[in-house]
Amino acid sequence: MKYVEEFRDAELAKGLSAAIKAEAEPERIYKFMEFCGGHTHALARYGVEDLLPNNVKMIHGPGCPVCVLPVGRVDEAVALATQHDVILCTYADLMRVPGTKYESLIKARSKGADVRMVYSTMDALKIAQDNPEREVVFFAIGFETTTPPTAVAIKQAQKLGLKNFSVYCNHVLTPAAMRAILGAHTPEGAPNVVLDGFVGPAHVSAVIGTQPYEEFTTDYKKPVVIAGFEPLDVMQSILQLIRQANDGRADVENEYARAVTPEGNVKAQALVDEVFEVRDEFSWRGLGSVPLSALKIRSEFSEFNAELRFRVEVPSPKENKLCECGPILRGEKNPVDCALFGTSCTPDNPMGACMVSSEGACAAHWTYGRFRTELELEESA
Amino acid sequence: MNAPQNPPQKPRGNKPGGRPLDLKNGRVDMSHGAGGRAMAQLIEDLFVGEFNNELLNREHDAAMFRLPPGRVVMSTDSFVISPLFFPGGNIGSLAVHGTVNDISMAGAKPYYLTAGFIIEEGFPLSDLAEIVKSMAEAAKEAGVSIVTGDTKVVERGHGDGIFINTAGVGVARDGIEICGDLAQPGDKILVNGTLGDHGVAVMSKRENLSFTTAIESDSQSLGDLVGAMIDAVPDIHVLRDPTRGGLAATLNEIAHQSGVGIELHESAIPVRPEVKSACELLGLDPLYVANEGKLIAICPAEKADALLAAMQAHPKGKDAAIVGEVLQDARCFVRMKTGLGGTRMVDWLAGEQLPRIC
Repeated sequence: MKYVEEFRDAELAKGLSAAIKAEAEPERIYKFMEFCGGHTHALARYGVEDLLPNNVKMIHGPGCPVCVLPVGRVDEAVALATQHDVILCTYADLMRVPGTKYESLIKARSKGADVRMVYSTMDALKIAQDNPEREVVFFAIGFETTTPPTAVAIKQAQKLGLKNFSVYCNHVLTPAAMRAILGAHTPEGAPNVVLDGFVGPAHVSAVIGTQPYEEFTTDYKKPVVIAGFEPLDVMQSILQLIRQANDGRADVENEYARAVTPEGNVKAQALVDEVFEVRDEFSWRGLGSVPLSALKIRSEFSEFNAELRFRVEVPSPKENKLCECGPILRGEKNPVDCALFGTSCTPDNPMGACMVSSEGACAAHWTYGRFRTELELEESA
Repeated sequence: MNAPQNPPQKPRGNKPGGRPLDLKNGRVDMSHGAGGRAMAQLIEDLFVGEFNNELLNREHDAAMFRLPPGRVVMSTDSFVISPLFFPGGNIGSLAVHGTVNDISMAGAKPYYLTAGFIIEEGFPLSDLAEIVKSMAEAAKEAGVSIVTGDTKVVERGHGDGIFINTAGVGVARDGIEICGDLAQPGDKILVNGTLGDHGVAVMSKRENLSFTTAIESDSQSLGDLVGAMIDAVPDIHVLRDPTRGGLAATLNEIAHQSGVGIELHESAIPVRPEVKSACELLGLDPLYVANEGKLIAICPAEKADALLAAMQAHPKGKDAAIVGEVLQDARCFVRMKTGLGGTRMVDWLAGEQLPRIC
């Protein structure tokens, strides 16, 4: 696999590991947040943790669209699928996210709702074209990466004059979430999470560019290194973050220059601006209500807005009180700190979103890394 | 084996049915499963015609045969796949290979199969004929006979085209002890070739996921390879075909059955670049992707090189490799040294492997 294997090379990894160990000052602890679930997944899947010194700690951030979707939105999707005779189209792992009383779209389907897994917005459009007598709703979710394809689908539906296609919009914005993380403080005024910098998003940055991260270096003095999703990308970005921390700098650096430019994908941004506008606020799992953090469909395209087309009644959403997805998504706790982790909450029976999504911090640790916890327990015993 | 005593040839007159089966444009209808003339015609003209062996040709409801000395090994499997036809095979050849391989994985030689068909009303007879033909070819290649069967037709909308069940019997010679609970710490783990080919070939033809690839399914019977392996190393501890759930699921099963841990070496695991690329694109892990012509062998470390040589000398094992070893670990973890130099678990699959959002 040209241009992929090169970013998983063991010899280069060994060299980067040695450089990180050499440059990380032994007396200090470095805490970096990888914002994206894709980075969390890469760290776990390739065993990168084994190649980092103990004083370099990676903190998992809220960058998994499935994980941050609040229970209420899942409940509404389930209600849409069950209360109306719609074909609800959605990306795969969203189907298993539990809402209130563990109802998920996959459970709704087993009870007769017409929920279909699609791989792209175009698949949903095709289903709408093939089923003119049925209402087809696309459950749109994701950060800036998946928003342009949703905009394309809406524009295409308009061009085709489709009357039976609409979008339940749950697109969210990365910088707003980073701001919420950095702005969260204890009642005493201390930051909830102490961070030395961010491993910046890969695919998101390919769309939005590097410029939106400047505020974190100026206003919050946090270095940001945008990194690709390959393990060597992540290791290289960690090395760059260590260097910035050692130098006392806070800059936006772009490790992922092969895909990310300062201005990003201007065409995609224009398309998104044309179809969507920023919501006043949006509720995130883990972060609560965050102002200016999500998108809604502009009034010019309101005929494709499922929120306007369908009325769904759902009781107040309820999360499991023991579920620690919130603090884990905010980087305040680790998966193993949750009482449910590995006991009643596993990928086969997920209680919280962090265990549902393959990119969730809990699923990543359970699937790839839990032997480490066992070894640590053995060593401490 | 001792061939069964030749049964008398059945007189071939008084054929059921009026017009011959229209295998080009005809479709299965409810009468083909109703037990009457149409069903008899379907069985005689298609199944008996293709499977053609002395036991089946007697058209008795059960087959009677002798088996050579040893322990009888029996297995059954049902085949439900979409699409029914995929690069490198179809549900018919798969239904033969699957059961033949399950018997082979006990270190046994397979002899006889049964075939049960559940067909949806409206299913094209041409497709059925192609499926049955490839079953016959697969059985012949594997050296087994399909000696009895069953046909049911379900109403349109109550099936997915066709489901096939096969059961089989074989014989394991005395002294061969191969089972999933016999892996020992220190044993080496081998595979006979590249992983994930079948799963990717099938996915490439799925209605909602169609992509172009040169990859064909590895669907094949492994009885002859297993025979050669046992001849070379009779004390193989475990054989298993990593079908659904791939290498990862199968090794987790073995680890639990044997109460051991397993360590894999990612860089030693053979995976075709095209399979890697397809998995990369879909966000899947080749270790969890299905195979239909691959096996995992676990044997004492000192026999591993001899077993590897025997596998590589066989056409169905030319890409064989030693991919890991068995460890003492009461938690039964399957771990892997990653190509990058770290370690990670290779866990049970949770639900089905699903492509990632972004």
